[in-house]
This record gives sequence, structure tokens and C-alpha cells, in this order.
Amino acid sequence: MTSTRPSTRPSTRPSALRLLLRNRVSLLGCLILAAVVLAAVVGPWLSPYDPNATDVGNALRAPGAEHWLGTDQLGRDVLSRIVAASQVSLRVAVVSVSIALVLGVGIGLLAGYARGAADAVLMRLVDVMFAFPVLLLALAIVAVLGPGLNSAIIAIGVVYTPIFARVARASTLSVREEPFVKASLTMGTGHAYVLRHHVLPNISGPVIVQTSLSLAFAILSEAALSFLGLGVQPPQPSWGRMLFEAQGFVGQAWWMSVFPGAAIFVTTLAFNLVGDGLREVLDPARRTALAAQGGRS
Amino acid sequence: MTAPAPTAPDATPRWRRVRDHPATRFLVVRGLLHTAIVLLGVITVTFSLMLLVPGDPVRIALGTRYTQESYDALRAASGLDRPLLEQYLDYVLGAVRGDLGVSFRNGEPVTHVLLDRLPATASLALAGVLVGLLVAVPAGVYAALRNGRLADAVVRITSQVGVSVPDFWMGLLLITLFSATLGWLPSSGYVPFGEDPVEWARRLALPAVTVGLVAGSIMTRFVRAAVLDAIAAGWVRTARSKGLGRRVVLLRHILRNAVVPIVTIVGIQMATLLGGVIVVEVVFAWPGLGRLVYDSVTARDYPVIQGAVLLIAVLFLLINLLVDVIHTLVDPRIRNR
Repeated sequence: MTSTRPSTRPSTRPSALRLLLRNRVSLLGCLILAAVVLAAVVGPWLSPYDPNATDVGNALRAPGAEHWLGTDQLGRDVLSRIVAASQVSLRVAVVSVSIALVLGVGIGLLAGYARGAADAVLMRLVDVMFAFPVLLLALAIVAVLGPGLNSAIIAIGVVYTPIFARVARASTLSVREEPFVKASLTMGTGHAYVLRHHVLPNISGPVIVQTSLSLAFAILSEAALSFLGLGVQPPQPSWGRMLFEAQGFVGQAWWMSVFPGAAIFVTTLAFNLVGDGLREVLDPARRTALAAQGGRS
Repeated sequence: MTAPAPTAPDATPRWRRVRDHPATRFLVVRGLLHTAIVLLGVITVTFSLMLLVPGDPVRIALGTRYTQESYDALRAASGLDRPLLEQYLDYVLGAVRGDLGVSFRNGEPVTHVLLDRLPATASLALAGVLVGLLVAVPAGVYAALRNGRLADAVVRITSQVGVSVPDFWMGLLLITLFSATLGWLPSSGYVPFGEDPVEWARRLALPAVTVGLVAGSIMTRFVRAAVLDAIAAGWVRTARSKGLGRRVVLLRHILRNAVVPIVTIVGIQMATLLGGVIVVEVVFAWPGLGRLVYDSVTARDYPVIQGAVLLIAVLFLLINLLVDVIHTLVDPRIRNR
């Protein structure tokens, strides 16, 4: 929103980030996310074992001093595998949501700004995509492209495109009626400039919120696809695949299903918490109220 | 918007007056038209799935069973040897008539395969929504009534947790606890209701709770929001200030007005569950549509994948249309817009 505010006026409002971190629940989400990202980045150097090293003599060991989270049916260290898998999960989530973001916001901006026939056609296309449940469509796309990491990324990116398109279109429709957009157009500014400098910054709030929530769902979708053997392929570890393998040992090795699932759950929860916090902070009305509260306390 | 003219007392029942109201007709027709357009799009997308397969789908599906004769036979049986436009028109017309081609795996008509699986998925989805409602309505209403207090915070955090739990993980945990450890319930399989109702219910319990807890967490947030909106309305203040009892205000003025958004979310959840419980069906070896899609993806049985995707999307559209119609029936404001 920087470009629409004259730069000479000093901002007295606390930044969105500071407001976000002031909320204890969002702060918790941010901390968890930081930990997950840290684990994904430096984990491979810190993890005690090679995630793919099998040691059949030590198969199905319960959590203990040697293997903190136990070992699986091939004697592989569960903790090291969870850490290694966090990298894959985050990468799939970030790349696929970026695809959805670029495509969806592009479609939404165009539809909301152009209106008329272009809007009608694009939104009917979005309606068609919305008619398919997310995981079903992802599965169909993977069926077409063949299983694998790239197919999963493309599939998840495609299925989350329509929601970004709807969010971007709705915001664009209201922003383009704002006086500053009209004024800019009257002054003869080109449409591309208006879109880039006036519309895009002003629809960024809802889009950022949607990005965080979509990252949460992307983590879940990737886990589901990998669980079904259609996403990340062995021997590369993935949380979903670890859960699939745990199915055969529910009675004997609870740690094989509890810990990888907990990793998916905690990461998803963190993205959801941050998303919800962002929604509060980036909504202008709520933000003013929050800032006022902060000023009083 | 002009205020609707007061109508004279009328002997015709209310539902019939609503049904015959021109606005209802208009909305239903518009909804049908919109659904028809989207439906054509959906059929086109499902049709093009097979076109997008890199390589020859028949050859891929045959895999090691490939011989020139079997290849030619399957191609002819699936109509893939004809011009593309003809295939497309045939597919659209066939889909409208309920003919979705034959399975690559066993030559069975796809429609039969799908109808075989529908009851299992429908019972799971219905039971899941029911469990979800049992969780969501009390929790959501209570949280809204205690807005901003501790109970509200607990409900909100719990529903946030429920939304973030992968459903198949919850299924595995429930199996670990109730089947593997306590031995109370079977962990998998399906028995038709007609064969043995008790066993049907026992086998349905764990998957339904799995699906229902996640659905319930989502619905709780909507119920809470709907009730909060209703509480904020002017008529609730009026009702309270004219001294109506708390129960009357809650039931007649708050909940009655919260019903419309709740119906919407129930419809959406129902539609989502009909097509979205793929992984849960795999975990519980539940022979529904989701499991069928998964098996067909592994076997590269494209006609069945296409058919299942189409059926689920159509169910999704129909439920949404139904929700819109219910809206029009229960909320006079939508009619009179």
C-alpha cells in the first residue's frame, strides 16, 4: 500500500508485522514456522543419521536415547527422515502456491479490472475448476502427468489457482472504483501502470492472507498425494509416505505414525495461525482497532 | 430495493406461495442455466484428461499385456479410433445419457462401476456430516454466545487444530487406539446396510468420526460466525428490549436467522466429502468412489478416472444448486431482491 500514500506523511501506525507479532497466537505460529524452516535448512547437517541409511538389526526400535523418535521397519532413523522430509514438503508447498499465486492473481486482476466479457469468460472457467474437489482434481492431474514430485507441484499449483483468482477479482472490483484509480486514469495513466502501482498494492492484503492459508492446504495436499504414492517418490523421504509405511505397523510401532503426522499437523497449524493473524492485521478496520488497543495498553 | 407489499392473508400454504413466486422461478431458472454452462465446462475438462496423457493412453493402460490385437480392440471399444470432434460430441451426449464408456481394466460399463461404489461413499459422507454437525452446532453456538471469553477462545483454537490435522493421520491414530490397542472396532472394510445393519454401523464408526471431526472443525467456525452475525442484528436487540426470554430469543431470533449460512456450509461440506475423502477411504479400505479413483489412477484406467471425476463434480454442482434453492425458499430477502 506504500505507493498510494504520499511518502512525505510520516506513518504513525505500527507496522503490520509488529501488530502480528503482538498477538500471542500468531506469534506462536511464526515461531513454529521459523523452527520448521530452520530444520529444513540446517537440519541435514544436524540430524544424527543419514535419513536413508537402513539398519535392519535396529528395525522398529522404540524412541530412546539412541533414536529419539525411534526407527522404522528398515531401521531408518525417524527423526532424521522427518527433518529431511521437511525440506521437500516446504519446497513443494512454496513452489506450488507461487504458481497458484501468479496464475490466480493474474486471472483475477484481469477479470476484475476489465470486467464485461473477459470477466464472464474467466470467471466461468474458475467456476468450472471450483466444481472439482481439490484433491480429486490434483489426483486426476497426477494421473495424467504420471506420479512424481513435479507432477505434484503442478497439480497442487493448478488446483489452488481458482481461489486466488476469486480473491484477487473481488478486491480488484472494489479497488478499481476508488477515487484515486479514477483520478489516475483521468490523468491519462496507462492501464498497466494503474494495475501495477495502484491496484496490485491495494489487493495485496487479502492475497497475502490467502497465500498463508493456501500454504497450509498445500502441505496437507502434498502429504496426501505422497501418502497415496503419487507425490514424492522413494527413497526420498516424505511425511505422507512415512505415514503410508506406518500403516502396516499400527499395532507394533506407534511412533512411525505419530511423529510424521505430528510434523504435518504442526506445520499446517502454523501456516493457519499466521494466516488468521494476518487476516486480522491486514483488514483495515480490524487493524485500526488493534492499533488503538495497543496504544492504550 | 423496495419493501415487499404486504400481502393479504391467503389460504395457500406458504411453501406453495414461495414455489410459485415469479422470483423463485427466475432464480431457479438462472441457477439451472449457470449450472448447465459450468456442467458443459466440467464435461469438457474430464474429456480432455485423456488427451493430455503424454503418449498413447491405451498403450500405457495395456502395459505388459500389449499386443496389436488387444490394442486395436480396446481402441475401437473406447471409440478412440474416431476423429476427435466426433469423440467429443459422443462423450458429451453419452455423459448426458449416463453412458461413460467402458473400463480399460475389465470392459465393464463405467456407469455400473460408479453406481456400485456410490452407496459406500454416500453413507460415509452423510455420517461424516452428521458427526460434524453434532460437534459444530453446539460448539459454534456456545462459542458465539460466550464471544470473547475463555470458552470462545478454547472452541476457536480447537477448531483451528481440527482444520490443521491431516484426516488420514487422524484415521491412523483412531485405528491405533480403537482397533489395534483397545480392539473395540474393526479397522477396515465395508458391509452393506441391507446385509447386516449392526456391522455396517461398526465399520462406519471410525471413518465417519475421522471425516466428521475435520468437517466439524470447519463447520464450527461458520456456525460461530453465523450466530454472531445473527446476534448483532437489530431485531435481536428489539426482542431483548421488549423483554422476551433468553430461550425464545435464542431459538426464534438468533438460531432461525443463522440457519441459512449453516445450510450453506453443510451443503458445501457434504459436497466436499462426497469427492474429497479419497485418502480416508484408502486408509479404511472403504470401497467408495475415492478408493475407486485411487485404484484407477494406479491402474491407469482412464475412462473410470474420467467417469468418477465427472460424477463427483456433477454431485458437487447439484448440491450447490440445491443449497441455492433452499436459500431462496427459506430467506424471503433473497426472493425479493
